[in-house]
Amino acid sequence: MLLTLDKVCKQYILGDSLINALDMVSLEVHQGEFLAVMGPSGSGKSTFLQVASMLSNPSSGTIYLHDKDVTKYNEVEQAKLRNQEIGFVFQQFNLLPRTSALDNVSLPLVYANVPDQERKKRSLEMLEKVGLAQRVANTPAQLSGGQQQRVAIARALINNPSVIFADEPTGNLDSQSGEEIKKILVDLHHEGKTIIMVTHEPDDAAIAKRLVLMRDGKVKADSQINGIRDIERILKKHK
Amino acid sequence: MLEKIFFSAIRAILSNKTRSFLTMLGVIIGVGSVVLLTSIGTGLQLYITDQFASLGTNTLYVIPGNPFGESGGFGGSESMIESTKPVLKKEYLRNILRNNRDLITDGVIMGMQVSQAKNGETTKKVTMLGTTSNFETVYSMPAEKGDWFNDTDNKKGSRVVVLGSKIAEELFGQVDPINKNIKIGGQSYTVKGVLKSKGSSFGGPSFDNYVYLPLTTLEDNLDVQYIDNFTLNVIDQEHVKPAIKAVEQTMLKELEKDEFTVVDQTKMLETINSILGMLTIGLGGIAAISLVVGGIGIMNIMLVSVTERTREIGLRKAIGATPNVILAQFLIEAALISIIGGIIGMTLAYLGSLAIQPYFPARVTMQAVILAFGVSTAVGLIFGVAPARRAAKLSPIEALRYE
Repeated sequence: MLLTLDKVCKQYILGDSLINALDMVSLEVHQGEFLAVMGPSGSGKSTFLQVASMLSNPSSGTIYLHDKDVTKYNEVEQAKLRNQEIGFVFQQFNLLPRTSALDNVSLPLVYANVPDQERKKRSLEMLEKVGLAQRVANTPAQLSGGQQQRVAIARALINNPSVIFADEPTGNLDSQSGEEIKKILVDLHHEGKTIIMVTHEPDDAAIAKRLVLMRDGKVKADSQINGIRDIERILKKHK
Repeated sequence: MLEKIFFSAIRAILSNKTRSFLTMLGVIIGVGSVVLLTSIGTGLQLYITDQFASLGTNTLYVIPGNPFGESGGFGGSESMIESTKPVLKKEYLRNILRNNRDLITDGVIMGMQVSQAKNGETTKKVTMLGTTSNFETVYSMPAEKGDWFNDTDNKKGSRVVVLGSKIAEELFGQVDPINKNIKIGGQSYTVKGVLKSKGSSFGGPSFDNYVYLPLTTLEDNLDVQYIDNFTLNVIDQEHVKPAIKAVEQTMLKELEKDEFTVVDQTKMLETINSILGMLTIGLGGIAAISLVVGGIGIMNIMLVSVTERTREIGLRKAIGATPNVILAQFLIEAALISIIGGIIGMTLAYLGSLAIQPYFPARVTMQAVILAFGVSTAVGLIFGVAPARRAAKLSPIEALRYE
């Protein structure tokens, strides 16, 4: 098993009230799966992504990556794990400003202590893969939103991670750029990458092969899907 | 990875040049003033040491009181009074010279009195230095025109004077003063000689400004009982220490231990140097306050920078930067701002010290440069710690969510 969540809970204190953002979530993700996590705002889908990607620790429960209990890891080990095993694609792109596309892509390799020459070679290859071979020296300000998100995807892929987490990857893009990004994600899935994507757009979720529907911190539905009709059916059922 | 962090720190500094420069300004001014002020102090010390060396290092002085003692003249008022008591007598010098022929080659008595000297309409306030004719050899100050007064003049108390080169020019201008008369305290004195210029000790009175006359004459006519010092020449530099001992032995037969002091140039030099050393440290210390202010400026800007770059920090942590790497990044950035500021400050101070060179003997020493460099690095690191720790502690999620 690639990724396993076992009775994972996450609680926040917001003002006076205790919020159960994740409530006994158990889930198994196989190598090569493409998950879409949906749910209304406040359903816990973002918290799910943060906890599953080791950006934040669960309040209780266990997470296994490659059958290893990663909740026991300390801060430094978790940082290494995120560096080696996890790729992030954010809604806001989160590229370093005033820094070239090439340097943005190679940033995870810097923290992985990869030598200069190899870092440059791999980053160039990755930018070529997302179709930005001509824009390697451009800074984010000189790139369109779609191009910036492609740089972010190249950065997520650079360390050849086990899982790619994408948080509303098309949320900040016009529809044409969004389509480009979706095509890249589909291609990655066909290459065998494991992708977990949080979205609230059924159209976006339609490119995934499995839908996890969340509400009030609980998993309401979890099933294989094939196209938009399956999603609409599930959403209708759990309205 | 460190070199990559280093370059990203440089990029961060360059990405906001105005702000970085203004932040550096505190360190530039701090380091600059520390280096410049200590260079002035050090230059002064070197200059005075030089002056002393030119006066000869095998000279001893017997002076009244004990200004170098524990309750020293620079500390207690008691010994200041002590050092102005008329305890030294002419015959003591005779004893010293007679008892220590193997060590002391020559010696001269000096008494001083301030008075008015008049040549026609020109009046000058002058320092009268009463002495004996062997002043010429002890201080190696031959007459340029005319002659020194001789032993007979001293015995008889003749009203003759020898003028320092500067006072001679001030009183007589281009006129040859030899055998002319000047009036001191209403009495007439004949100018017997004019001395060769000796130059001034920095800040102190100059031998060129003195009016020299026989000690007996000074005592008889100007009512001076007070002997300022005995100046003694030791055979050579190696025998200065034993000579001090021997002279002390002779003097103790006449006076109490605290009533007189035998000093050599080194001792006087040490005292002056310790005063100037304190002055240098004091000046440097005051300037160092501005360095602390500069450091606080760095801390302030780094805290702003951490807040501004919260998302960046979150992203870096998300993709694998450990807290220590983030800490290092911000520490290096703070240290770099400080070090660059320090280097600019040092350069400006060096140029400044060159600029005042014609008027003041400033000297930038390697020590001051190393110290300033070390201090500016330390300032950056110390004042960088708080912002860097704040950055390192940020949670990646909070940071990524930060608007």
